[in-house]
Amino acid sequence: MNTAINIRQLSHSFGNRAVLRNLSFSVTEGDLFIIIGPNGSGKTTLMRAIAGILKPQRGEMEIFGRQLSNYKRKEFARSVAFVPQGLPIDFPFTVAELILMGRAPYHSAFGIEQKKDYEIAKQAMRFTEVEQLAARKLDQLSGGEQQRVFIARAICQESQILLLDEPTASLDLAHQVRIMDLMEKLKTEKGVTVVMVSHDINLAAMYSDQLLLLRDGKIVCMGLPNEILNFSTLEETYNCKLLVDNSPLGNLPRVTVVPYKFLK
Amino acid sequence: MRLKLSNIVWRILAVSLILAIVLAVSILTGLFFGPTGSVKQTLATIFQKETLNSMHQTIIWQIRFPRVLLATLVGATLSLGGLVFQALLRNPLAEPYILGISGGSAIGAISGIMLGLSRFPGVSLTAFLGSLATLGLILIMTTGQSILKKESLLLSGVMVNAFCSAVILFLISLTHDSRLHNILFWLMGDLSTADMRQVAILAAMLFPCFVLIFWLSHSMNLLLMGKELAQTMGVNIKLVTLVLLVTASFMVSATVSYCGLLGFIGLVMPHLLRLLLGSDHRVLVPACIMGGGAFLAICDLLARTLPEQGEMPPGVITALIGAPLFIFLLKKSGR
Repeated sequence: MNTAINIRQLSHSFGNRAVLRNLSFSVTEGDLFIIIGPNGSGKTTLMRAIAGILKPQRGEMEIFGRQLSNYKRKEFARSVAFVPQGLPIDFPFTVAELILMGRAPYHSAFGIEQKKDYEIAKQAMRFTEVEQLAARKLDQLSGGEQQRVFIARAICQESQILLLDEPTASLDLAHQVRIMDLMEKLKTEKGVTVVMVSHDINLAAMYSDQLLLLRDGKIVCMGLPNEILNFSTLEETYNCKLLVDNSPLGNLPRVTVVPYKFLK
Repeated sequence: MRLKLSNIVWRILAVSLILAIVLAVSILTGLFFGPTGSVKQTLATIFQKETLNSMHQTIIWQIRFPRVLLATLVGATLSLGGLVFQALLRNPLAEPYILGISGGSAIGAISGIMLGLSRFPGVSLTAFLGSLATLGLILIMTTGQSILKKESLLLSGVMVNAFCSAVILFLISLTHDSRLHNILFWLMGDLSTADMRQVAILAAMLFPCFVLIFWLSHSMNLLLMGKELAQTMGVNIKLVTLVLLVTASFMVSATVSYCGLLGFIGLVMPHLLRLLLGSDHRVLVPACIMGGGAFLAICDLLARTLPEQGEMPPGVITALIGAPLFIFLLKKSGR
């Protein structure tokens, strides 16, 4: 298996607060790679560094064996697509317009779409089941629909690596599963390497090939869900009372938080 | 399957064609109507070279024609300037006048007039420097993440504007000679001083800016989805932002140095067109140029013809139409 992302000794701090401390890990091509960790553990900063938005102060990063600095802007955009935690909808573009924006790294001057761009956009819409929303304005969509449209835009970018920052946050159960199933489908059908940040440990355990547990900008552990999601590690990392047992779905860990009133 | 992916090239062409017709009609209307001469006389003057009434001919070609063209250029520039600032600051309420950028170039222009500089390039240059200074001030005040917040941006704009007004009045109160009248009339917006040479110089300065902005219109679409996302789609954020800011400030200050302060066009036209045409800037840029031009040509026509005697500043009409229209749009879009 090839390495999609290789990170060596990555460090970054905001002022004198270290957010990422000497991180080294790699993501295998075609994996669904999920980063978990408590608030303020540096997940989003790490994601922004991989997306090329934030330039880390120290360390090296390779995408498909090439240094990040060796990529041209558009070339990098054709390799890595990013879905941030929500997009501004003050200027309501239609769903179709937004998804077509994903073709930007392939445009020449003036940004005029070709026939091929429309085809790829249609495919992305079919893949994410948002075709019927094409003419709607972004601000007329529900949270779940918006998230699928944002993902369709990223798919339209045809990058081999897809980064997502908490794509299931603030969605109901059905939509969470729908988004995660979509990621699974993207991985198996298109061979895309998916890297995402998540707060939902159980969802992460069910879908991920590799889990990275982050705390205070350091890697606590990394591996298969049932290797690393154990009671002692989690309780120490999240600093709260937890139960870890087996999921009824099979050999998967299930994490339950224990509220104070049950601790007697 | 109900996929509405209308071809962008056709949309740009169709919108441009329709608005070009509107613009042509506005220009012709502006040419036909005025205090002197009937429409019939004007028609005769335009289509027959040998006409008896040479005075009327002079009025049409030497006074009205450059004036209508100047109004068109200024209207186009101000509404395009509004569109650019709204996209850059990701704030639908941004506009050169409201942000205080017009005010800044007014200070620059008045200083230029007081120093006795010629209108071009002297006053244009001081106006440009003034607009860059206010732009810098606004960007410094709203620096960091807070630039995304509507309140802080508009609040600093209001403050900059108030400060500019005070400086302008201060400068005026220091002036006592013939330049005073010059400055005062120009503060309310004045299109009456147009001549063909000026219009040609202004057009030569503005057209490259229009092309440059159209060239960056797709990047403006991407910028509206947030700087970070635009960056991951391959946009050189710093370069695009800088080029757009400087180009828009240059355009606005060029027009301010020619015809003073005209508000509301930059706010109303982009909004109106966005409601009608959607948010795609590849359509909105040509639409703003032609729609804004037509709007000011009509406003100026009303300013010339409504009063029994003399004329009123065109800024009065743009505000009279613009402000209620803006409130109506604001209410309708439910913000």
